[in-house]
Amino acid sequence: MPPADSSLDPTKSFQGLILTLQTFWARQGCLILQPYDMEVGAGTFHPATTLRSLGPKPWRAAYVQPSRRPKDGRYGENPNRLQHYYQYQVILKPSPENLQDLYLESLRAIGVDMGLHDVRFVEDDWESPTLGAWGLGWECWCDGMEVSQFTYFQQVAGFECAPVSGELTYGLERLAMYVQGVENVYDLNFNGREGEARVSYGDVFKQAEQEYSRFNFEHADTAILFQHFKDAEAECRSLLERGAGGERHLMALPAYDQCIKASHAFNLLDARGVISVTERQSYILRVRELAKACGAAWLKTAGGGA
Amino acid sequence: MPDLLLELFSEEMPARMQRQAAEDLKRLITNALVDRNLAYEGAQAFVTPRRLALHVVGLPAAQPTLREARKGPRVGAPEAAVQGFLKSAGLARIEDATIENDPKKGAFYVATIERPGRTTSEAVAEIVPAVVRAFPWPKSMRWGEASVRPDALRWVRPLRGILCTLATPHDAAEVVPFAVDGIESGQFTRGHRFLAPAPIDVRRYDDYVDALMKAKVVLDADRRKAIIAEDAKSLAFAQGLELVEDEGLLEEVAGLVEWPVVLMGEFEADYLNIPPEVVRATIRANQKCFVLRDADGRLANRFILVSNLIASDGGAAIAAGNARVVRARLSDARHFWLTDLHDLPDYKDKSEKPLDQRLAKLEALEIVFHEKLGTQAERIERIETLAREIAPLVGADVALAARAARLAKADLVTEMVGEFPELQGLMGRYYATHQGEEASVADAIEEHYKPQGPNDRIPASPVSIAVALADKLDTLGGFWAIDEKPTGSKDPYALRRAALGVIRIVLENGLRLPLTGPLGAAVWGALLDVEFAREDEAGAVVHSLEKRGFPKGPELDEIVGAVSRAARRAQVPDDARLAAITRSLLDFFADRLKVYLRDKGARHDLIDAVYALPGQDDLLMVVWRVEALGRLLDTEDGRNLLAGYRRAANILRAEEKRDGAGAFAGVHDPAKLALPAERDLADALAAAGAAARERAGREDFEGAMRALAGLRPPVDAFFLDVTVNADDPALRLNRLRLLGELREAVHAVADFSKVAG
Repeated sequence: MPPADSSLDPTKSFQGLILTLQTFWARQGCLILQPYDMEVGAGTFHPATTLRSLGPKPWRAAYVQPSRRPKDGRYGENPNRLQHYYQYQVILKPSPENLQDLYLESLRAIGVDMGLHDVRFVEDDWESPTLGAWGLGWECWCDGMEVSQFTYFQQVAGFECAPVSGELTYGLERLAMYVQGVENVYDLNFNGREGEARVSYGDVFKQAEQEYSRFNFEHADTAILFQHFKDAEAECRSLLERGAGGERHLMALPAYDQCIKASHAFNLLDARGVISVTERQSYILRVRELAKACGAAWLKTAGGGA
Repeated sequence: MPDLLLELFSEEMPARMQRQAAEDLKRLITNALVDRNLAYEGAQAFVTPRRLALHVVGLPAAQPTLREARKGPRVGAPEAAVQGFLKSAGLARIEDATIENDPKKGAFYVATIERPGRTTSEAVAEIVPAVVRAFPWPKSMRWGEASVRPDALRWVRPLRGILCTLATPHDAAEVVPFAVDGIESGQFTRGHRFLAPAPIDVRRYDDYVDALMKAKVVLDADRRKAIIAEDAKSLAFAQGLELVEDEGLLEEVAGLVEWPVVLMGEFEADYLNIPPEVVRATIRANQKCFVLRDADGRLANRFILVSNLIASDGGAAIAAGNARVVRARLSDARHFWLTDLHDLPDYKDKSEKPLDQRLAKLEALEIVFHEKLGTQAERIERIETLAREIAPLVGADVALAARAARLAKADLVTEMVGEFPELQGLMGRYYATHQGEEASVADAIEEHYKPQGPNDRIPASPVSIAVALADKLDTLGGFWAIDEKPTGSKDPYALRRAALGVIRIVLENGLRLPLTGPLGAAVWGALLDVEFAREDEAGAVVHSLEKRGFPKGPELDEIVGAVSRAARRAQVPDDARLAAITRSLLDFFADRLKVYLRDKGARHDLIDAVYALPGQDDLLMVVWRVEALGRLLDTEDGRNLLAGYRRAANILRAEEKRDGAGAFAGVHDPAKLALPAERDLADALAAAGAAARERAGREDFEGAMRALAGLRPPVDAFFLDVTVNADDPALRLNRLRLLGELREAVHAVADFSKVAG
């Protein structure tokens, strides 16, 4: 039964969609975590996914992750593209037998009628070159729209996942547009109220999209960003070195933060268009080396099962 | 005669792997059956997104009983030998053995050992798990709790069930019992994920197909394809439209549905103002939908989608949802297209032409092409310079080639190429045409990337050729200049592909193009930019320090000095370095040409024989020489000439070892030609050598080879009649010199010492 209050109704409000997913996955035994407090390109970067998917310990978590993709900014003018958006991330380790069914149930919970809509699992081999991670799975389509990413992690930070985690990533704005029947992301009803009390997605985020697009594409100081990249890289290496030596690694998490920073600096530089196709590869490789080293350090911590 | 039914039920398999997987399943299982003496009458494999199925008909109930005759000791052999034989043959008494007579050896015992075959069920229970575990998926994965074990089962996506039965027609059917990594075989399958999710009890193939059909699963991929094609065509026809057929897409979408339901979607007609390639790329690649065209052959504002559901509203919501996505994608595409056709606000003052404004942006952004090779803008300068140099050599107008080279990369900063990188070049062509560039310039912008692979079309018009060559030679020259050559399997900058592209453009267009000049120019241009890049680096350090408030004064000067010295430490370009790098790049071309010709079936040794000649930088000439040499060696005269050459070369080598290299380098003395065979050879050599050189000089390699082939009789006669190592040292010297001249004459066309066989 959908909640009577439209501010909690997944088909009537953006926040209702999020809350429904939170409740659904809490019922499946997931820890409901909060977003990571750093700029990341995707929910996968959250240490609750990247690092927790390494090592033998079982883990189930779900959280919203604000994700920044500087290059996708469109000055608030494109109905589908945002440089900042929300992902809903679920990580289940080891992947349960009925993960596909759980996923479909979660769609039903937010109001997708499987008798009316064409839901499909379309091959999509996921790979994060910067994280040194890959997995096999699908993009999940609802009437031709990609609403989620479904992945069985095989490798993260260059290490084989044992056991394998199942990762679900919902594109919340797209999914909300779908269930609300809205063509423009800025028209999404955020709070489910009507009239004066109605707050749209645009009310909350349009100005930010415009401002950040200016920053991402025109004004971000590339010299500073190049320096940020170098600094984060150096700090990461230094922390990894200082934390090593003992039986356990002592600073895997702070080191990994620096890896995230380097990755975001790279994304901004990429959006500024100052990195050529040829050079791109070498930057990606540099972040991957950091991610791998952080993964190795994590495996030598208690959380990593050491 | 039981039939085998096997179904491997999994989560959704990638469409592109399904057909091969079905074939592999059939091949592996039937081969294993035959290996176990289980002959069958027929086998057929099927695949849907969630199941791989195999039906094998006409199997025996069991493996045939094997009889083996084992020879024993002779009759009357010692008791120990007889007992040993009884034991090894499994007989109780010697009377159970038969006695055979051999004319030489006499009578001896023979035991007939019978091995009853195992049942087919037992064999299948052994075969299937082995096949499943070793299945050749292009990519496979682990999942769930089992994935902690290194020997965990791998499958393309999680394997969830196995149905395996043996059924005799009109008689019993039984499950073949086995388990693979905890998944037990059984007699249940499932229908359509949403339309018939309940388990279905199945014993035999006929039931299986019927039950699946009822459960909204069309088992046969070809049947699904036919349904889709037919329904798509009739839907299109009903609207007066025609389906733009696309076999690759059809195959793919048939692998995405178990129950195809074809629907039509619509988008606003004004999206059709976008180039059709863009519309099609958007709809096909992103949405896996078919496009349609009207009676005039133009794209229509409708598309065909294939869903997997009999929806309660007849598919209205599905069609509307798909249309919404298509519209959003096309809206993106149109936005890019229109933006790209218009002025770029910050660069309006640079030029009136939109594509030139993009070029200005590309220059202004200082996009780095490679750390050591400077920016894209610098690269464009280099390519333009090279294109100017190459244009006259390939019959292209210099100004047009330069213009095309200048604009060739400008579309990289357009919105459309940012979104669809695969449209680079093509979009440049559209934008160039739109701003009124010459047709040959617009063509060259698209074609300068070609060929992208061994099967891609090569550019054929002169301006396109000039720019395509300039682009590739600059890439090669640049990476050679900074010593980033491909090694082993590592070729991150696709330099082998670039060289192959040059080779194909030159050879397939029949171009005479000695490479030394353009390659040298490419390397030189890159070396200069490497040098500038270093200076820029030093400048950047100083700039950055100043910006951070580092005071001007002796300290800053000191830092500047140190940075400049560090920058200068690397070698500066000089002629020797230029020559060495160009030489190395030419060697690389020789290697790539060998690979190219070998792939075309040319003999490796003949290519070596031609390449051993100095100055081989004209690819077309090399090929002609190799071909001529091959034809010469196919003749009797050619083979004998080769034999004569070898004899001469061997003698020379042996004698040179004694007397020192070059000991017989001079010209022979005609006065010292003692025997008629010597004189004949000398005369023939004078004539043939001159003819061969003259003909090779005007590139008539066939003629040159023919002239050499004429040497065969005097060479044969010489070796028959003349003792080379005569006692008289003057005679010996003269004869060896004559052989030296023979070797030299032959080397005018190819180094025969490299010829194998």
